[in-house]
Amino acid sequence: MLQVKARIIENKELLPETYYRLSLKTPPIARLAKPGQFVHLRVNEKIFPLLRRPFSIHSVHKENIQILYKVTGAGTGILSRRKKDELLDVIGPLGNGYRLPDKRTKVILVAGGAGVASLCFLSQRLASCPAVLIGGRSKRDILGRDKFKRLKTKIKISTEDGSLGKKGLVTDLLQELLPTLHSPLPTVIYACGPMKMLKETAKIAERHRALCYVSLEEFIVCGVGACQGCAVRTKNGYKRVCKDGPVFDSKEIIW
Amino acid sequence: MKKINLKTNLGRISLKNPIVLASGCFGYGDEYKDLISLDDVGAVVTKTITLKPKAGNPPPRVVETASGILNSIGLANVGAEVFLKEKLPGLLKKFSTPVIVSIAGETRDEYLKLISLLNRKKIAGIELNISCPNVGKDLTIGQDEVETFGLVKAVRKKTNLPLLVKLSPNVTDIGKIAKSAEKAGADILSLVNTFSAIGIDAETGRAKLGGVLGGLSGPAIKPIALRMVWQVRKTTSLPIIGMGGIANTSDALEFIITGANAIGLGSAIFINPDLCREIIAGLKRYLSRKRIYNLDKLVGSLIV
Ligand SMILES: Cc1cc2nc3c(=O)[nH]c(=O)nc-3n(C[C@H](O)[C@H](O)[C@H](O)COP(=O)(O)OP(=O)(O)OC[C@H]3O[C@@H](n4cnc5c(N)ncnc54)[C@H](O)[C@@H]3O)c2cc1C
Ligand SMILES: Cc1cc2nc3c(=O)[nH]c(=O)nc-3n(C[C@H](O)[C@H](O)[C@H](O)COP(=O)(O)O)c2cc1C
Repeated sequence: MLQVKARIIENKELLPETYYRLSLKTPPIARLAKPGQFVHLRVNEKIFPLLRRPFSIHSVHKENIQILYKVTGAGTGILSRRKKDELLDVIGPLGNGYRLPDKRTKVILVAGGAGVASLCFLSQRLASCPAVLIGGRSKRDILGRDKFKRLKTKIKISTEDGSLGKKGLVTDLLQELLPTLHSPLPTVIYACGPMKMLKETAKIAERHRALCYVSLEEFIVCGVGACQGCAVRTKNGYKRVCKDGPVFDSKEIIW
Repeated sequence: MKKINLKTNLGRISLKNPIVLASGCFGYGDEYKDLISLDDVGAVVTKTITLKPKAGNPPPRVVETASGILNSIGLANVGAEVFLKEKLPGLLKKFSTPVIVSIAGETRDEYLKLISLLNRKKIAGIELNISCPNVGKDLTIGQDEVETFGLVKAVRKKTNLPLLVKLSPNVTDIGKIAKSAEKAGADILSLVNTFSAIGIDAETGRAKLGGVLGGLSGPAIKPIALRMVWQVRKTTSLPIIGMGGIANTSDALEFIITGANAIGLGSAIFINPDLCREIIAGLKRYLSRKRIYNLDKLVGSLIV
């Protein structure tokens, strides 16, 4: 973990005033980063917004890291207006990251909205993966598909308004998929997205006795485990999303 | 160029510079080890520990407010036993910086038990966090002159280590509480702790924090914290660690000029761990520019 001033290589608008992909040049963070980890950055060096904002590492390319973010408030709004060659104060990589599967495991990735960000990075480190499921409100919320090409896997899509793929929730896709994966191989699900989606994913995984890792979001202050602010209830007491997570075994969480 | 001297003394504790990492804002030291070199700072105060481990309050535990942080961590901590076995030895071994241990209890007896556990440790001092609920009473210890006097006096009898008392700002007259602590034998005063506050979500009609009530910190509280340092400076001669919203060199200088012998960094660490080094460099530039050279000369130099 380190604190750096990272140069903005590109801050690309993917969907006007909504989704952006930010590339930062930061060799040390790029070298250390593992899928599922995040960076904690200051969108500016002013008093507002006061706190840093956490974002999953979306991909790593040589000396650069990328994040994929959605404008949801003032902080991300300011971030979206930062320009190429400006410097951002970044702390990272933070958190535990995804536990990589062994070769004999069948991997399913389940993404909701901007949650696809961390799963793209994970897919860069996977040997194979039978299915990637991506869900969003509408087709405009389906992102990062190109990043999974390397895996030559089937990408299934769901949208709540039916504008792309199957109409419904991404967990409906998972529900349909799991019974078809007849195989003696153990299955592991990696999920990232809104809390409701993760909860449902955990339920389905448990029903099918699949191992399931979820990446949780809580309001994060220090990002390094010091302030105890991002507590989440687990069967082993409160844990810190920023340090003990953000990735947890879904069975550990008290949903 | 003339040498700049940032040394400051808090009674028997001498600091190489006036920066103190405030309790609860850098954990037990290991969390920030990659980002802050503890050798760079004047002293550290560890997260308040209690006799038994505390799980803390239900989430959400933090919200961001206008220029502030509202928290209801609920003193979540590992408890004295784990702290003494697993956290403190590493801190004492790896760094030469003075380590002050913050403690809290729900009864006087709990404070005294903690003191007896700490007495033989090679720590620089003990800080009494008196802003916690006082079992069987409406007010916290720190909100009552008599209770504060009683606790500090009882603790004083049991330890020769430098004794710090961390004052609560949730009082009518902080000068009076400071005076009680001084009369009871405190060596150093730390102020202020967080301001009791509440956050409401109009959409849901609920309190934003799981614990409902929280404590406000950060730049939002700085002017009130400064006023309190000023009041305490006028009523006691004890060394003061001033804190509350310090986020840059100028803030630090304001507290020192008002009367703080050292300054505490809390919330600002979360935002910029590198701030310790920035403030040290900034103080040096200021002292050189003003041809003061010794930080000591600046303490309490307020012109009114
Ligand atoms: C580990 C982690 C990884 C994340 N990865 C991504 C990602 O890859 N892409 C992405 O678009 N978003 C991600 N987020 C969410 C992102 O941090 C928030 O959307 C962002 O902080 C909102 O800031 P804002 O000022 O624009 O919004 P605000 O106006 O502050 O709030 C809008 C919403 O964002 C939430 N939020 C605000 N600040 C934080 C914070 N410090 N921590 C967590 N949530 C916050 C608020 O609770 C609120 O619901 C991640 C969050 C966490 C905890
Ligand atoms: C998340 C958080 C946790 C804190 N925990 C403690 C604590 O355990 N003991 C204590 O005496 N003060 C605690 N404080 C108070 C700080 O030490 C400090 O007094 C206060 O935040 C004001 O300074 P600041 O505005 O620089 O943060 C905590 C503050 C915050 C924000």
